[in-house]
Amino acid sequence: MTILDLSALFPEMLMLVSALGLLIMGAFLPDSKTSVLCNFAVLFLMTTALMIVGQLNQAPNGLSSFSNSFVLDGFSGTFKVIILVATSICLLMAKDWFAKLKTERNEFPVLVMLAVTGMMALLSARDFLVFYIGLEMQSLALYVLATFHRDQRKSCEAGVKYFVLGALASGLLLYGISLVYGTTGVIRFDEIHTYALEHPHSIALLIGLGFILAGILFKLAAAPFHMWAPDVYEGAPSPVTSFFAIGPKMAAAGVLIQILFEPFIGMITEWQTILVFISALTMAVGALAGIGQTSLKRLLAYSSVSHVGFVLLGISTGTHMGLTAALAYLVFYVAMSLGAFAVLLAMKKQGKPVEDVADLAGIAHLHPGLAAGMAIIMFSMAGIPPMVGFFTKFYIFLAAIQADMVWLAVWGSIASVIGAYYYILVIKVMYADKPIASLDQPFAPTLSITVVVSSALSLVGLALLGPVLTLTQYALSNFPILP
Amino acid sequence: MVTVGAWPILSILTFMPIAGAVLIMLLRGNPLRVDQASRGIAFLTTLITFVLSVCLALDFDPAATAPQFQFIEKIMLIPTLGISYHLGVDGIAVALILLTTLLMPIALLASQKISLRVREYMIAFLVLETVIIGTFCALDMIMFYVFFESVLIPMFLIIAIWGGPRRIYATFKFFLFTLLGSVLMLLAMVAIYLKTGTSDMTILLTEDKLILTKDVQMWLWLGFFASFAVKMPMWPVHTWLPDAHVEAPTAGSIILAGVLLKVGDYGFMRFSLPLLPEASATFVPFVWTLSLIAIVYASLVALVQEDMKKMIAYSSVAHMGFVTLGLFSFNMYGLQAAMFQMIAHGLISSALFFCVGVLYDRTHSRAISTYGGVVNVMPKFAVFFLFMTLSAIAVPGTAGFVGEFLSLLASFNASSTPFKPDYASIFAWGQTVTFIAASGMVLSAAYMLWLYRRVMYGEVTNSEVSTLKDVNRYEFIALFVLGAVILCLGLNSSLLTEYISPSLEHLNARMLSHGVSNVAPIPAL
Repeated sequence: MTILDLSALFPEMLMLVSALGLLIMGAFLPDSKTSVLCNFAVLFLMTTALMIVGQLNQAPNGLSSFSNSFVLDGFSGTFKVIILVATSICLLMAKDWFAKLKTERNEFPVLVMLAVTGMMALLSARDFLVFYIGLEMQSLALYVLATFHRDQRKSCEAGVKYFVLGALASGLLLYGISLVYGTTGVIRFDEIHTYALEHPHSIALLIGLGFILAGILFKLAAAPFHMWAPDVYEGAPSPVTSFFAIGPKMAAAGVLIQILFEPFIGMITEWQTILVFISALTMAVGALAGIGQTSLKRLLAYSSVSHVGFVLLGISTGTHMGLTAALAYLVFYVAMSLGAFAVLLAMKKQGKPVEDVADLAGIAHLHPGLAAGMAIIMFSMAGIPPMVGFFTKFYIFLAAIQADMVWLAVWGSIASVIGAYYYILVIKVMYADKPIASLDQPFAPTLSITVVVSSALSLVGLALLGPVLTLTQYALSNFPILP
Repeated sequence: MVTVGAWPILSILTFMPIAGAVLIMLLRGNPLRVDQASRGIAFLTTLITFVLSVCLALDFDPAATAPQFQFIEKIMLIPTLGISYHLGVDGIAVALILLTTLLMPIALLASQKISLRVREYMIAFLVLETVIIGTFCALDMIMFYVFFESVLIPMFLIIAIWGGPRRIYATFKFFLFTLLGSVLMLLAMVAIYLKTGTSDMTILLTEDKLILTKDVQMWLWLGFFASFAVKMPMWPVHTWLPDAHVEAPTAGSIILAGVLLKVGDYGFMRFSLPLLPEASATFVPFVWTLSLIAIVYASLVALVQEDMKKMIAYSSVAHMGFVTLGLFSFNMYGLQAAMFQMIAHGLISSALFFCVGVLYDRTHSRAISTYGGVVNVMPKFAVFFLFMTLSAIAVPGTAGFVGEFLSLLASFNASSTPFKPDYASIFAWGQTVTFIAASGMVLSAAYMLWLYRRVMYGEVTNSEVSTLKDVNRYEFIALFVLGAVILCLGLNSSLLTEYISPSLEHLNARMLSHGVSNVAPIPAL
């Protein structure tokens, strides 16, 4: 092995070079060509995904660079590929949306690609410096994306809010990292791992971990760090929102697992207590606050908060089964969210996007296919069998009860019933209310396809649960240490 | 006799309605023609399903004691989660499947007046039939839960789209009540799965060593109870039922009262009693109290209702009280009673809802005060309605009598037969309980006869009533079929009891092996 073996970085390098290439192309092209750039971006994203799959095929044990500070292994690779694929779908859905509104800007695909590059670096980080660089790269691109409709008040508000609170979270994170560094004298995960195993009750390390957790949970929009999510979801342009709900969530969840289970596995009893409370609170907030939301975007924001709660429940068990359940939950969360956001993006009346739940009134009469797809996705998110959302929740509960966390499982199941209220409210609006006005037709083919695929996945997801569990087993197989 | 054992009859039976639904989805063309065609296809599908279930019932060997389940199909779905596709039936399940497949075509006959989105309506009912049959066939705990809970989706839509003016309130209440109960049951199932390592009912029901310790049983029992009590429904979680019944379309009420309420009792028989026998015995005072409250209180509430559907809904709560009373008497009389009462109530309450539907279709009013003197204009209808009323009162000779009588016999005998000392004191109250429960039979006579008098007799005060037309051909057929079955079971109850006894023996033997049940002879009826 040479000193400068950069093979683990190749996917990120490809992303970065192509993003910059697109930026230069965009500078010379009129904004009406955004969709061409989006197509190119999708091409690059998919190439990167294929590259990661190829690299992992060649080196099943993973690749590492910079003396193990940057690692591409099954775990990070799986997350990266899921993010890349989901982002491609987001971009394909976004380009028509911007084109119809005539608000296309060539920076859009570039910023998305830069954010994804940050997420990829974040997932590969095995060192707090790389970790912080990845996180900031992702965040800065996301702040700009939130304000993408810069001539609209709400969008600017969303961006500023996200930036200010995000900066605060970054500060907390950095403070936590400095505490950890001050205590241990190292920043590499494997070295912290050794230290934490030897000093599991170190108060300074615990406080450091607490701050780091706060920073990551902010990105994950877990309660009580979720306040920004509904406002940012609502203010940002819808295609950006759909990206927010998927990419950063996946990246933050991945890095959370990585940090808890590699450097800080020695302090498992400490962080379990924290996560149990956060998870219980997040499930409750997601379920209760979603009630009474009139905007579909805010509703989906709270829905994603409650889903995060279930993922955290899986992670907080600290068991292999819990992690498998959390990963499977995330995979199907992405699949369902894409469909739900495709419906949101399809909601346009007289050329203007509408985003209230009430705007869906009676669409079952006017657009039966769209309504049926959305209904299936909503039932799935509510966790009603035979939809796949039930099986993923079931798996989480299975893991929780196996880890003797019965009360949290009971809490979670009650939260899921309360949360079911707003999902079936959407179905009620679509099926039982009087139609007001039809949505603009035809729907962009990418939207229709996404809704069809996502609802089909929700409906027959049971058949896919087996392969997804195999995938999660693979992702966790070369994971550092599991109890 | 038709032999169906060679092919996967249960899968075919379960998914036959879905096949019909897919066919309806594929229909294209003139909306009016599509509506007509979907009606036809849906009715035909339910008839075929009924014929298939009759074939199944004939081919099923009720006398075979081992194995407990027949026509078993098993495919492993997700080994890591232990979920398998596992179907099989015993006598209890076959009887309930027959009830379901019989009531489905009748429910569709009650839907003649539906004109809003007929195609979706038919699809919803066919999907509903599939999941209900699946619930009775499932032999994997998780599979059972999936089918059990899937009922919510079509039922939610049926009430929300085709219901009455307060349909949204009713359907949300129905959905959330049921869901809350069910998730607690899910957790109990997960706990059983983790403790025993299997979700296979054939193993769980036969291996005595898999029975959990008593304190674990108590918690799990409460989890199951939460779900089944809501579904039954038992007092005090019955409040969704009157709302759901009043707002649901007639066919929805028929299926809800006829079949869906039975899923709760079925759950008690399949899970609570055999898997958690000691907890079940410990909770007898609790269940008896709730049953008595249901019988007396719901009957009194029924007495003062102004709305016919609401009255029948409350009477359902009272009648289901007899089921739990019988089940939790822990003897063969009680099991027979519960089973018989489930089938009888399924037929009778469906018939009553059908009768109310017949009136409602003509006048669009369910208020008792609208009517009076209907007998003058609808004589054929009056005969049927009277017969159904008498069955609901449990007049001897109708199916209603056998179930309620057996149930009282069971609780009366609960005190006089030997029990394991730990539990004997619980059952000592049997005769007092029987005395109170018997008052329910008097009360049911009061409200049903009063209802009949106010609706059918007296002067015709409402001019609309004087123009009513008697039952049409379809309604006649449906009521005639229901009446005939009710009469047959009432006159010759051994038709049903002999069919289900071996399966109930299994259950009783299971209770017996845990010392909580007694050895009562099978009643000779």
